[in-house]
Amino acid sequence: MKTSIYFRRNWQLYALLLLPMIYFIIFKYGPMYGVQIAFKDFNFFQGISGSEWIGLDAFREVFQNQGFYTALRNTLVLNMLDLLVSFPAPLILAILLFELKKAWFKKLAQTLLYIPHFISWVIIGGIVLQVFGTQSGFINNILMSMGFDPLPFLSDKNYWLFTYLAVGVWQSAGWGTILYLASLTGINRELYEAAEVDGASRLRRIWHISLPGIKTTIVTLLIINVGNMISIGFDRPFIIGNVAVREYSDVLSTFVYRVGLQSGQVTLATAVGLFQALVGLVFILGANYTSKKLTDESIM
Amino acid sequence: MSENTANRIFNTVNVILIIITMVLCLAPFIHIIAISLSSNRAIGSGEVSFFPKELSFEAYTKVFADGSMIRSLIYTVWLTVLSTVLSMAMTIAAAYPLAKSNLKGRKWFMLVIVVTMFFSGGIIPEYILIKNLHLLDSTWGLILPGLISPFYMIILITFFRGIPESLEEAAGIDGSSHFGTLMRIILPLSLPVMATLSLFYAVGRWNGFQDALMYITKPELYPLQLKLYQMIQQNQITELMQNEGIGAVQVLPESLKAASVIFSTLPILLVYPWLQRYFISGVMVGAVKG
Repeated sequence: MKTSIYFRRNWQLYALLLLPMIYFIIFKYGPMYGVQIAFKDFNFFQGISGSEWIGLDAFREVFQNQGFYTALRNTLVLNMLDLLVSFPAPLILAILLFELKKAWFKKLAQTLLYIPHFISWVIIGGIVLQVFGTQSGFINNILMSMGFDPLPFLSDKNYWLFTYLAVGVWQSAGWGTILYLASLTGINRELYEAAEVDGASRLRRIWHISLPGIKTTIVTLLIINVGNMISIGFDRPFIIGNVAVREYSDVLSTFVYRVGLQSGQVTLATAVGLFQALVGLVFILGANYTSKKLTDESIM
Repeated sequence: MSENTANRIFNTVNVILIIITMVLCLAPFIHIIAISLSSNRAIGSGEVSFFPKELSFEAYTKVFADGSMIRSLIYTVWLTVLSTVLSMAMTIAAAYPLAKSNLKGRKWFMLVIVVTMFFSGGIIPEYILIKNLHLLDSTWGLILPGLISPFYMIILITFFRGIPESLEEAAGIDGSSHFGTLMRIILPLSLPVMATLSLFYAVGRWNGFQDALMYITKPELYPLQLKLYQMIQQNQITELMQNEGIGAVQVLPESLKAASVIFSTLPILLVYPWLQRYFISGVMVGAVKG
């Protein structure tokens, strides 16, 4: 009886939840049901349930596929290099911004530095061609006018790595400062004043007050980054990359797209996707565990 | 060296470093604008850097005259507005009941949703689902799959929880239904956070590319990003072929490419300065975590 009163009073809450739950079931759990394709000889005519089971054959094929290992290696290498370059960049930038004395200049700098974050990768790809192009790119125009040979920023794989990383820093460094700036603002001002009285230089104040003050933020963001080591966005490597540098630019997400949707090896691609999802899950749970241990704070 | 001098040197160096960063940040845009306004002869001979050479508006005239770029822009605006409105409606509908800690079955609902944040079927099963639902080559195929972001939903739940319960109880005593409370009390109090989330949904849809690449083949349904990608990509392939010495293929003039890039960037650049604070507050709310 009590339950029926509860529902009479609160049915509207469940009515509100109805459509969202249907959404999650269809569009999130639907694909999870489709994961069984990885264990089936899938073809579009027979559909998911009609296709024949093949057990772990697809995974055997994945682990014998050279392209898969290349994509896996590239995913890890590109993420690792990003961690080395794109992780410290916003931290340094945030500290510089925090030390600015004039409020209007700080505001202006922030406004400009955040812009690249809102530009789509397609547009960035267009800009990259104009700036790094071999034939008529901006940088190579300058090099050539100074009498140097043009550099193959987009068509040589090692130069391409540089381009990929540089573009990443350009796009993310400004926006990445926000969380650091917020925790810098949270540091007690009296600490700085006391240090000033004691005659500590600006650099010493940064080293002994600012950095320790935002240690938790740094560690947390670092752990999140490591936790996402195996997952990589699609747009950036797909758009910045090209056929000439595929040996370095093909990552798991672009590999799955190319093999599954362009070459039609649906089963193989689904198996790779499942492998990535499972390893990613282990990484992120590990990261969360580490975060709890180190900073007493769960990242999720 | 006195304390004051050291301080002044530090400040000067710092300001210079920041100015260099700002220049690096903006230089590519200025270069593209200069290219888009220059003659193709000047671009071809590498004379254009940050100022237009042999000023010409021809590229922009072409972009506007073509019509397909404008049509794509209008379609993308429509797509973004529709998708943002529906996303917000659904996110609110999910967040309001789930913000109530005494909701029966709350744990289970949350579990069903949170699981999707950590595990997904992957893009191939998603593609097959969209195909089976006959949503390929349809606007709905670009709207429905990303309707609710669990992350934004949790941000909203956290915000709703911060609203004093006494406000709601007072409304309940006055005989207000849950719908009424939501519409008359909760939503008006949540305008800033809703502005922020709407912006994130809108930017995500506006810049979204991968789903359009996979699901859309009809040119009249190309969102702006896909349209632009096709233009640039087609060019990159021909450029690579030329590098290899494979024939002289018709290449889009650089100025036209640049003008299209600027054309697609402008809407974001025009809106961004006015809405900047909402974006930033969104990052902060998200960082407080759910």
